[in-house]
Amino acid sequence: MPLNPVRVALPNGATLVAKHTSTTPAVAINLAIRAGSAADPAGQPGLTWLLSRVLDRGTATRSAADIAEELDSRGITLTIAVTRHLFSLVCTCLADDFEPVLALLGDIVMRPSLPDQEITARKREVITAIRQDEDNPAVRANETLMALLYPDGHPYGRPTKGSIEIVEALTRDQLIRHHAARFAPAATTAVVVGDVDSSRARDVVAQVFDGWRKPPLPEIVVPPTIAPPGRHRTVVPMMNKAQADVAYGFVAIRRRDPQYYASWLMNNVFGQYSIGGRLGDNIRERQGMAYYVSSALDANVSEGPLAIRAGVSPANVDRAIASIDQEITAIVADGITQKELDESRRYLVGSIPRALETNAAIANFLQTAEFFDLGLDYDARLPDLLGAVTLDEANAAARRILDVNCATVVIAGPYVDGPSGAEGRS
Amino acid sequence: MRRTTLDNGLTVLIQEEHTAPLASVWCWYRVGSKDEHPGITGVSHWCEHMNFKGTENIPRDQVKGLIEQYGGSWNGYTWIDQTTYLETATRDALDRMLFIEAERMARCLYHPDDCESERTVIISELQGGENDPDQLLDQELTATAFKAHTYRHPTIGWLSDLQTMTRDDLYGYYRRYYVPNNATLVIVGDVDADEALRRVDHHFRSIPPGGNPDRIRTAEPEQTGERRLTIRKEGTTAYLKVGYHAPSVEDADFYPVLALDAVLTGAKGLNLWSSFRVPPPQRSARLYRALVERGLASCVFGALMPTAQPFLYTVSATATDNTPLASVESALLDELDRVCRDGITAAELAKAKAQLRARLVFDSDSVTNIAHQLGYFETIAKVDAFLEAPSRIAAVSVDSVGAAARRLFAAANRTVGYFDPLPIG
Repeated sequence: MPLNPVRVALPNGATLVAKHTSTTPAVAINLAIRAGSAADPAGQPGLTWLLSRVLDRGTATRSAADIAEELDSRGITLTIAVTRHLFSLVCTCLADDFEPVLALLGDIVMRPSLPDQEITARKREVITAIRQDEDNPAVRANETLMALLYPDGHPYGRPTKGSIEIVEALTRDQLIRHHAARFAPAATTAVVVGDVDSSRARDVVAQVFDGWRKPPLPEIVVPPTIAPPGRHRTVVPMMNKAQADVAYGFVAIRRRDPQYYASWLMNNVFGQYSIGGRLGDNIRERQGMAYYVSSALDANVSEGPLAIRAGVSPANVDRAIASIDQEITAIVADGITQKELDESRRYLVGSIPRALETNAAIANFLQTAEFFDLGLDYDARLPDLLGAVTLDEANAAARRILDVNCATVVIAGPYVDGPSGAEGRS
Repeated sequence: MRRTTLDNGLTVLIQEEHTAPLASVWCWYRVGSKDEHPGITGVSHWCEHMNFKGTENIPRDQVKGLIEQYGGSWNGYTWIDQTTYLETATRDALDRMLFIEAERMARCLYHPDDCESERTVIISELQGGENDPDQLLDQELTATAFKAHTYRHPTIGWLSDLQTMTRDDLYGYYRRYYVPNNATLVIVGDVDADEALRRVDHHFRSIPPGGNPDRIRTAEPEQTGERRLTIRKEGTTAYLKVGYHAPSVEDADFYPVLALDAVLTGAKGLNLWSSFRVPPPQRSARLYRALVERGLASCVFGALMPTAQPFLYTVSATATDNTPLASVESALLDELDRVCRDGITAAELAKAKAQLRARLVFDSDSVTNIAHQLGYFETIAKVDAFLEAPSRIAAVSVDSVGAAARRLFAAANRTVGYFDPLPIG
């Protein structure tokens, strides 16, 4: 059954997308503002992240303790997430609690008080989290890869949490200014999925957000992305660790690129299908070298990355990278087969009911569809979009994105480059 | 929910859920790392890996795609009491899922080459876990808190056992424990229960029962004094973990301690598969206020798992940068002393119950999650222990929580673990 959600544009510019389900007496709320980390002002990476830690710690009429009590007494965990382009408040509540919970979320988004003592406390937590990241090979490998793929301060290359030095220096005034500059009704979409009918959802959302009036904000401009030329290899030595993490990637594709679906299918064959696609067959199943290896395509407003990640013993790092090179060379030279394409397509189309089973999953799907302007019928059209991809298109996507001579490779862990693996471009 | 036992001893639980065109099949075995002894620690988990590598009727190279062609997902996991396998896919895959599970129960191959290849995969999994200081501390704390019971060793096993175990160790273990009379098959989804049961019978009835598998009989002696350990290893962040021997799921104290944990760190619910993926509602919880709001810790987490035998209640905290672990420990123990001394309030209990009731709803939002709960509880105790959860939560009183807290938080029942980082380089 297609989702057939209801979309309402409110007079102040905010958007509601609602879908009624009756699986459980609960409602998932996904409230997103187009104010992700890409909107961090120059020189202040981490400002949005700190705002996300402080936003729900007080409003004009509620203290942090009031908010904590309102959420905890209803068994609700409010998760505030920051991606490159979205700042999201996500929670699930019992259906009976929908109205007061949405009112609370609206208050948090529109009228945060950002108290000084909360900023101080949350900064301490962020700094501890940054310190933890510094000791995490997977995070170090990934952040280094992104910084190399998106250099020169590009918003996709900056660490979302920022650095300790920058976080320590951030001020309440900067947070207030950033909130004023980036939070507005026209940048806000509320997705409501669950045991609440669409008209009630519309009435409640309209009531909560109706008084919020601000002119539309300029879109966040992401600078052009240029794929790094040549092959690049960097080692982040972490000699206190037992295992190395490899992050191997490319600048790939925009979400709105007509070749997105061909790229998605190609990547599924390459590093996803079953247990890591071709990469998993080679590196985990045949060679037993890694507990995990896969590739992820993160198409975005601008060209997002295709990143391969593997966790391997330090003794196997070179062999694992050679195996990734080998699989890329093979897929570029020989392409995938029609059978592989059909298997991945059948899997992705067949997985749609499972992917849209829970309220939270549907809400996330609808928020993504709204953000990328994919249409209210996107779930219904998706099988045809995948079905239309030809073998030639999938193989052209492989040739376009994957190239061993232009790969950026990062190794973080108990590994030191040998004589044959000099750092820097090679 | 329909419950049936086949002639060969296989327990079958079927629940119709017509909310989505999906079905979830889980096959549970009463075997986990508590059934292992030194020399073969990790064998349960390794067997789980081997049971995805082809059977007499599913050639090794045809495993891939069996469920994917129905858009399905598959997985498995092993823990202290149980090993389980699942597939969730469109309802027309039901027969395929049952075929796979019947094959897995009776006809796995354990080819020597696959055993060797998987040895290095599992060692890689172990080393990946060691990269995480919190996980390392958890492993050491558990090994210190238990001196006799086999809950003491990690489910993944000790490295030397993983390096030396043989194919015969693995296959022998598989044959002993993978018998229908040691298993529970769960089906939840858009199925007709009568037809589903006929298909179960078709696939499983010919599998002969086995003997009753050996069980390790050692019980953990009562702890007679506080135990402490400190890991000093290069790192950036300090971690504290405090563990107490805790009631098993069938103990009368289990639900009072579950409510106590909700008061201290926010309710987690009871679903090992889904509950821990969403952080608990905890901003007003006692330990959050005592540790995080006072700036001593960046996060605090309590964990009471439903287990067959008494396991641990643990509280974990990450010290904020430059905060001594002793300060975190002192504030934490002060709070636990306070709850022993003064108990909890009626308002706190009401909030804990509301949280737990909400978590039960939130954790039942998919056929996969529902099926997990039925099989999990049937494997560690009886499914009734789950079905009765709402009434047992409702019956918890302020007094029962206070009494449970005093029994749980005795100093002699405590193990304290520090990860105290050394400077890197």
